[in-house]
Amino acid sequence: MKLIFEKHKEGRRGFSYGDCDVGKAKPLAEKYCRKRQAHLACLSELDVIRHYTNLSRLNYSVDTNFYPLGSCTMKYNPKFCEQIASLDGFSQLHPLLPQLSGGGMLAQGSLEVLYESEKLLCEITGMSAFTMQPLAGAHGELTGVMLIAAYHKNKGSRRKYVIVPDSSHGTNPSSAAIAGYEVVVIPTGSDGYMDLVEYKKHLTEELAAVMLTCPDTLGIFNPRIKEIADLAHACGALMYYDGANLNAMLGKCRPGDIGFDVMHINLHKTFATPHGGGGPGAGPVGVNEKLIEFLPISRVIRRADGTFALDYHQPKSIGYIAPFYGNFGVILKAYAYILHLGREGLIKAAEIAVLNANYCQAKLKKYYDLPFNKTCMHECVFSASRQAKNGVHALDIAKYLIDRGFHPPTIYFPLIVKEALMIEPTETESKETIDAFIEAMIEIARLAEENPSAVTAAPLRMPIKRLDEVRAARQPDLNWKPLALFPD
Amino acid sequence: MDIPKNIFYTKDHEWARIDGKTAYIGITDYAQSSLGDITFVELPKIGEELKQSKYCATVESVKAASEVYAPLSGKVTSINTQLAAHPELINQSAYEKGYFFSLQISNEAEKANLMDASAYQRYVEGLAK
Amino acid sequence: MSYIPHTQEDIQEVLQVIGVKNINELFKDIPAALSPKSFKIPASKSEFEVTQALRKLSLKNATGLVNFVGAGFYDHFIPAGVDALAGRSEFYTAYTPYQPECSQGWLQAIYEYQSIICQLTGLDVSNASLYDGGTALFEAMMMAIRQTGRNKIILDSGVNLIYRTMLYTYTLNLSVEFVEIPVVHGQSSRGELLKHLDDRTAAVILQNPNFFGAVDDHSDIVNEAHKFGALAIASVYPVSLGMLKAPGEMGFDIATGEGQSLGIPLSFGGPYLGFMAVKNELVRQMPGRIVGATVDSGGKRGFVLTLQTREQHIRRQKATSNICSNEALCALRAAVFVSLLGREGLKELAAHNYQKAEFAKEELSRVKGVAVKRSSPTFNEFTVLLPKSADEVVRRMIEKGFACGFPLGKFYKGMDNYLLIAVTEKRTKEEIVRLTDSLEAVL
Repeated sequence: MKLIFEKHKEGRRGFSYGDCDVGKAKPLAEKYCRKRQAHLACLSELDVIRHYTNLSRLNYSVDTNFYPLGSCTMKYNPKFCEQIASLDGFSQLHPLLPQLSGGGMLAQGSLEVLYESEKLLCEITGMSAFTMQPLAGAHGELTGVMLIAAYHKNKGSRRKYVIVPDSSHGTNPSSAAIAGYEVVVIPTGSDGYMDLVEYKKHLTEELAAVMLTCPDTLGIFNPRIKEIADLAHACGALMYYDGANLNAMLGKCRPGDIGFDVMHINLHKTFATPHGGGGPGAGPVGVNEKLIEFLPISRVIRRADGTFALDYHQPKSIGYIAPFYGNFGVILKAYAYILHLGREGLIKAAEIAVLNANYCQAKLKKYYDLPFNKTCMHECVFSASRQAKNGVHALDIAKYLIDRGFHPPTIYFPLIVKEALMIEPTETESKETIDAFIEAMIEIARLAEENPSAVTAAPLRMPIKRLDEVRAARQPDLNWKPLALFPD
Repeated sequence: MDIPKNIFYTKDHEWARIDGKTAYIGITDYAQSSLGDITFVELPKIGEELKQSKYCATVESVKAASEVYAPLSGKVTSINTQLAAHPELINQSAYEKGYFFSLQISNEAEKANLMDASAYQRYVEGLAK
Repeated sequence: MSYIPHTQEDIQEVLQVIGVKNINELFKDIPAALSPKSFKIPASKSEFEVTQALRKLSLKNATGLVNFVGAGFYDHFIPAGVDALAGRSEFYTAYTPYQPECSQGWLQAIYEYQSIICQLTGLDVSNASLYDGGTALFEAMMMAIRQTGRNKIILDSGVNLIYRTMLYTYTLNLSVEFVEIPVVHGQSSRGELLKHLDDRTAAVILQNPNFFGAVDDHSDIVNEAHKFGALAIASVYPVSLGMLKAPGEMGFDIATGEGQSLGIPLSFGGPYLGFMAVKNELVRQMPGRIVGATVDSGGKRGFVLTLQTREQHIRRQKATSNICSNEALCALRAAVFVSLLGREGLKELAAHNYQKAEFAKEELSRVKGVAVKRSSPTFNEFTVLLPKSADEVVRRMIEKGFACGFPLGKFYKGMDNYLLIAVTEKRTKEEIVRLTDSLEAVL
């Protein structure tokens, strides 16, 4: 498709503000004004609507295709949640209103949503308090590690290291490093669990925290998780729970009960808010008692008279990690989703998510290598090593699946599994859909034996064929450059 | 796998060609072929003092970034400026046009820590198993 | 209700394939001792019940006030086309476009967004979005620290206090030395700033228009910063760029800002949009996703995520940032918003904001006891000095149906009688006149 800039026609307008109802003011002095104008396309409204409508049709999405992208929990996003978030009373509210003198009563509805969401997340996870402010999962991790740093500093100890297993999401070591820690990576043993012998070697007084994902990125729940937590606590370190895979745990196990001190939740995964082509998400951070005093300000509190207020008087708070109260629109959708599912609905979501993942694993393990053959939780991780011997790599399998109308599983992760195929079907997909996907995967396994080039040629049915990513990286073309049609 | 004689190798797949007090440094054919199409290289600055086995450069493909460690200690005397615009030279000519930089050797004794071609050959064969 | 399509029969069949008797067997790895101590979540409410309950809550929020509060977050009109396009679920129910062949719509839209940000800021390269204006400024500062290998930051106090506070929070455990430069007569104090600029300085951080609404030309400061090898970072308000000198024109190395004003609802503080554009030579220090154009095996143009070796999923603890999820849907809203307006619409938007604010200044300066600060030119926000506490005035104006501005005393010591007033294109002449009359009445 042409770029929107290539559709420009001088003189066209898509939107006009009409005549200004006040008189023309004295213009701003020239030295403050831009000389080179921004080259933005001039188009009609229909031009713009058609352009982006047609672009939207080039995407696979949950609403159009099965999307078993492991680790991302691409479940169905209920429509009524969207409708609620667009209610004027929520969407038009200026975030500074409750901070005005006498403005406390102007945002009672939204403050109640924040307060009640926090209470629900506490009950779901067993943590004592949440800050709803972090704007995404990784942002939550950074906030969590900063809270850990504040905790140790308050105790007068400067610890240096954070432990992450090599199966962790890349955001874990990255968040720890940005918060000022050195990262110690613990390998995964041949049984799929973190190597405890290696782990114990690093339990020193310099250890600030251990960051774990549970179930981990191989889809496995580590039965010795409590022991791992107790060992860390014994040397004064804190336990961080990466809640990326919380979907499998709803009503089954709570990080707070295991002994985790701080955690984040990806609302856009477990609580069904749309992923928006990459975002927005939301990453509320929960803590137990010992970390509450360090949470970012403001905190939403409930007064004795039942009204809600923002509390900024938290002398040990780390400060501001976001401009306001979090991605409110996202929190609101997650809140509506939790209320609608209710207790039984949440438990059922976890159960069927796990059931579906085990179904995929059971059906496909004859055809693909399963590096860690265990009951899985929300996702199963295969390796295409067997197919790779015939020249059919995980990437080729992904491209063939696209031709068959499926969004591929995650293939670039986890890094510890070669030729990884990480499949997370979620609870909202029907058996028929999953069966069709399994059938396609079996067909690929057969083709890898009989006719590899049929797989490696894919995709053939998409608007474009495979793209030259090497060229994209060697000669970066990162934006449109004005041509003669836009004279300066 | 191309493993020229008369140059020296490390376990991290760097090579050093020693010419008097100067050593030319690059990554091996094995390294370039495991990385795939190289898209970017970050080289040290001229005049920088490098330590044997310590970080000296980064080499990137589309989906990976690998650190390169100095085979020998010394001061960087020149860098291969061609690589900025043509990182593919590393894929095409790992030992000649795709060299990374040269340095002035500060400790000749460190040569003892490097492998010769036949030792490196055995090492690479061992990795394949 | 959990949106689960499985019938009892489906579940039985699946259990049989897996080889377990019931679903609980699948959770056998969780030791019994770790069963939830409690899980007191209310029972399911119907879609109708939840919608009614939340609609009721939404009505407890006061959105009927005539809004003159800005302070970095503005009440702009959003053309219906923005909601229509961002509401297409082919966009909003997709995720990060890791697989380009089935994500060309998203990838092209982001490439266009990046191009628009480059055009607005006058800089070379944009990323695919960051969380918000404050985290974007933090990322920019960290880029400068890495690029220069220095750790001293000169921070103008005309930068939004919310953002300055965020910078301090994020660096609690890092060694960054901040020097804050006071604002004199509404503008950056050149004398103070130059006094602190030295060869240990990683960056100078400025905002235009600054928090007080003052418009400036920072070219001279940027020039001085470059003489010391420091970078210059601007935090900017994108709507103003329809009129004001672009950061690229002033020589800035990095521009960041809050993109909320480009078609994103105020929504009580988020989701918003952090944008960032930089000079070419800084591209490999950039945080976050970047989309690039390339060709497919048939030579046809297509788009991919590129330069990914900067990112956490490849470089882990050595990544330029930990960001993974970004604000793509908000970036799409911005791209659609700017495309609907076009070049002329954006100029018109900026002009209306400027003219209405100038009109409001005129009107307000007729009120006895109100002094409109005129030491610096402004765009759509300005400062007035009141004869009494701005807090109190704001409270009384709320009773009259106005959110009349932001009292500066909340953020700046000794400025209790100052009020910051924003006037967007949505404010009519009639509302501005009523604001003036009501203010006169409460003073």
